[in-house]
Amino acid sequence: MTDSPAPPTDPVVDIRGITVDFPGVRALSGVDFQLFPGEVHALMGENGAGKSTLIKALTGVHRPTAGEIRLHGERVEFTAPVQAQNAGISTVYQEVNLCPNLSVAENILLGREPRRLGAIDTRACRARAARLLERIGLSIDPGSGLDSHPIAVQQLVAIARALAVDARVLVLDEPTSSLDTDEVAELFRIVRQLRDEGVAILFVSHFLEQVYEIADRMTVLRNGALVGEYLPSRTDRLELVSVMLGRELGVLEEVERRSEDRAPGTEPVLTAHGLGRSGSIAPFDLEIHAGEVVGLAGLLGSGRTEMARLLFGADRADTGTLSVGGRTVRPRGPRSMIARGVALCSEDRKAEGLIADLTVRDNLILALQAARGWMRPVSRRAADALVAEYIDKLDIRPADPGAVMSTLSGGNQQKVLLARWLVTQPDLLILDEPTRGIDVGAKAQIQKVVADLAADGMAVLFISAELEEVVRVSDRVVVLRDRHKTAELTGDAISVDDVMGAIAAHDGQGTAVAS
Amino acid sequence: MTRHPLFWPVAALVGLIVLNAVVNPSFLEVRIQNGALYGGVVDILRNGAPTLLIAVGMTLVIATRGIDLSVGAVAAIAGAIACSWIAAGGDAPTAMLLALAVCVLLGLWNGFLVSVVGIQPIIATLVLMTAGRGGAMLVTEGQIITVDDPVYRQIGAGFVVLPIAILISLGVLLAVAALTRGTALGMLVESVGTNPRASRLAGVRSRRIVWTVYVFAGLCAGVAGLMISSNVNAADANNAGLWIEMDAILAVVIGGTSLAGGRYSLTGTLVGALVIQTLTTTVYSIGVPPDAILVFKAVVVIAVCLLQSPRTSELFRPRRRAEPADTRAQEVAAP
Repeated sequence: MTDSPAPPTDPVVDIRGITVDFPGVRALSGVDFQLFPGEVHALMGENGAGKSTLIKALTGVHRPTAGEIRLHGERVEFTAPVQAQNAGISTVYQEVNLCPNLSVAENILLGREPRRLGAIDTRACRARAARLLERIGLSIDPGSGLDSHPIAVQQLVAIARALAVDARVLVLDEPTSSLDTDEVAELFRIVRQLRDEGVAILFVSHFLEQVYEIADRMTVLRNGALVGEYLPSRTDRLELVSVMLGRELGVLEEVERRSEDRAPGTEPVLTAHGLGRSGSIAPFDLEIHAGEVVGLAGLLGSGRTEMARLLFGADRADTGTLSVGGRTVRPRGPRSMIARGVALCSEDRKAEGLIADLTVRDNLILALQAARGWMRPVSRRAADALVAEYIDKLDIRPADPGAVMSTLSGGNQQKVLLARWLVTQPDLLILDEPTRGIDVGAKAQIQKVVADLAADGMAVLFISAELEEVVRVSDRVVVLRDRHKTAELTGDAISVDDVMGAIAAHDGQGTAVAS
Repeated sequence: MTRHPLFWPVAALVGLIVLNAVVNPSFLEVRIQNGALYGGVVDILRNGAPTLLIAVGMTLVIATRGIDLSVGAVAAIAGAIACSWIAAGGDAPTAMLLALAVCVLLGLWNGFLVSVVGIQPIIATLVLMTAGRGGAMLVTEGQIITVDDPVYRQIGAGFVVLPIAILISLGVLLAVAALTRGTALGMLVESVGTNPRASRLAGVRSRRIVWTVYVFAGLCAGVAGLMISSNVNAADANNAGLWIEMDAILAVVIGGTSLAGGRYSLTGTLVGALVIQTLTTTVYSIGVPPDAILVFKAVVVIAVCLLQSPRTSELFRPRRRAEPADTRAQEVAAP
């Protein structure tokens, strides 16, 4: 499907058949990639597609097991990031990794300050920094502290720093994820200017609109392999999304469960009206009824987790209203929503779920115990009975309540966390990527549990990056794109294609498809 | 057996006691006078009581990923207030209640800074560590206040078979063990200390728990301060409880509770406090030159900590099989 003619020059970076192995896993296998001077080349793919690995191989962080990297036609083998930098490959990472307590000039020239008599020549340092800032059209005082500037300006300072080594290749890894619209426009102005000066720019972003706005070419990776190279002008969004997700158009999925007819007039378990949080997710409306599984689909970074956190009270909304069981609530934190029967199983198992040092028993009863308060401990016998019940129901292994949580496999940890919420018997269960990174068997078990829970009358909000899964378990699918709710698909014939179409739709076209 | 987390601390304790017994054969003798026990071991228990009590409070603070550097200063304040009150003609029970009430307030202040304002515990309690001694100086007006009150004397120097001070410390230790392990409090404290974010999302009242442990640590420091000042019949704002926070932290760490928070062991803290106090006694009894005392203590503490560390214990056991593939690799494998 590759349809992009190479520009009539030699590539700056020419990667051929590169393979990177981690213990037990092939992260990148036989990928070709070319980057030409004066182009913005977008690298696309979902989580685990191999984007970061490719960038890290190029910048000397990972050493490839096979294949070669050519820079200006010469074969290079970097063993450390500093070598790549000295060869003219500069990287700006997603999170601004500068020193906020130093001045702008010091940050730009850190490690290569002009010296005089062995000491840093502050005046020359500021003058050189000023020239670099001028080059990207940023008029700030080089002597000012970095932390006195907003995050967007810091991002631009990071770019100035990248240019300080006379970079011929600039890698921008998710540079826009913490910027607002105006700031993105400013960043893009600078990116275009650098491109016109002949810098080769590798751009990674999850925001489709931004990629279409700035990129001259796109390379798509999936599961560590090259899918192809595409031109934004000749590839529509739907096609791009389908190749990123690895789904051919026109293949209809059989949907296993269907919603039963709801009695009209039933009160929704949860209603959100105009609920939003600036910089996180745009205001949205949402209703979830008892016995219903609502799927939440969208690409990575589209605002799925942000929506879930807002509904659970983990983040505070700055607009809109939320009501649970017909009563308006102003959540003051997760605890207040838990008390109203809402539960959230976080996508970040390690940082937001596991209490790694404690036992399976303690982990499983944690939410229940927290709700009861410390003075009313769940008795050892009651806890063991609950743990035994869920170990059996969810097939948790090892079947040992005293096992330390960190020794369990990812799938079993996930089941314990699911059980942690099930024992609280919530009315609404929000599952954020409950099947990520776990094996197929555990995945199927969790999907089945979700279906059973809904059949018993629980409302479930199911978030997953895998569209097949969302479509399979959901009665209704809400689609997010670039932090906006863009569509809601209902009816008996939701297909993966419909969802993909909604994900890829332009603004203003996103409210279609309902049967 | 070397796998047990308390193996090395207990070994160090036994070693120190043997060393003392060799140098001074009467060390292990226990005499009975007027229905009370006396002897080298009893002295260690009595002198170690304040450190043990503060270490119990510190254990819970450390279990929540915190630390309290202000306990020495709080102890000085407690002694200063109680002695000033008695010197001004007040009765001892009121003096002690007043002192402890102030210590609870100081604990509330520490807990407020850490749990509500969100200041790093080491900085938040550093404020009171320095300001607290100044406060004690103000209370005593810069003087060493001596008192002679038979009731007040009991808490630090009295005996009911054993020294009253160690009975108080052991009583608090047992009460805390019963309270935290008999209810869900211990589990919730460990949960907050292991993973604060996950605990909050599970609905744990982490702010309240963190706040409470600082109040409790302040109260323990207050009682310890009363013991120290009662034992010498005086309040010395400059030197009472000086560096006791370091001894308490060392006791907790030697006892196997990680400074990273999470699982804690009160038994370990007991052993740790005994090791620290026995070490202090040993330094004097074997005649280490005064100039070398701090270095000698440091060497023993480092040795125990090194022996306890997971890396060192690896050397004492056969190689384990390789760890499963790291999480980064697993994430790459995910679709």
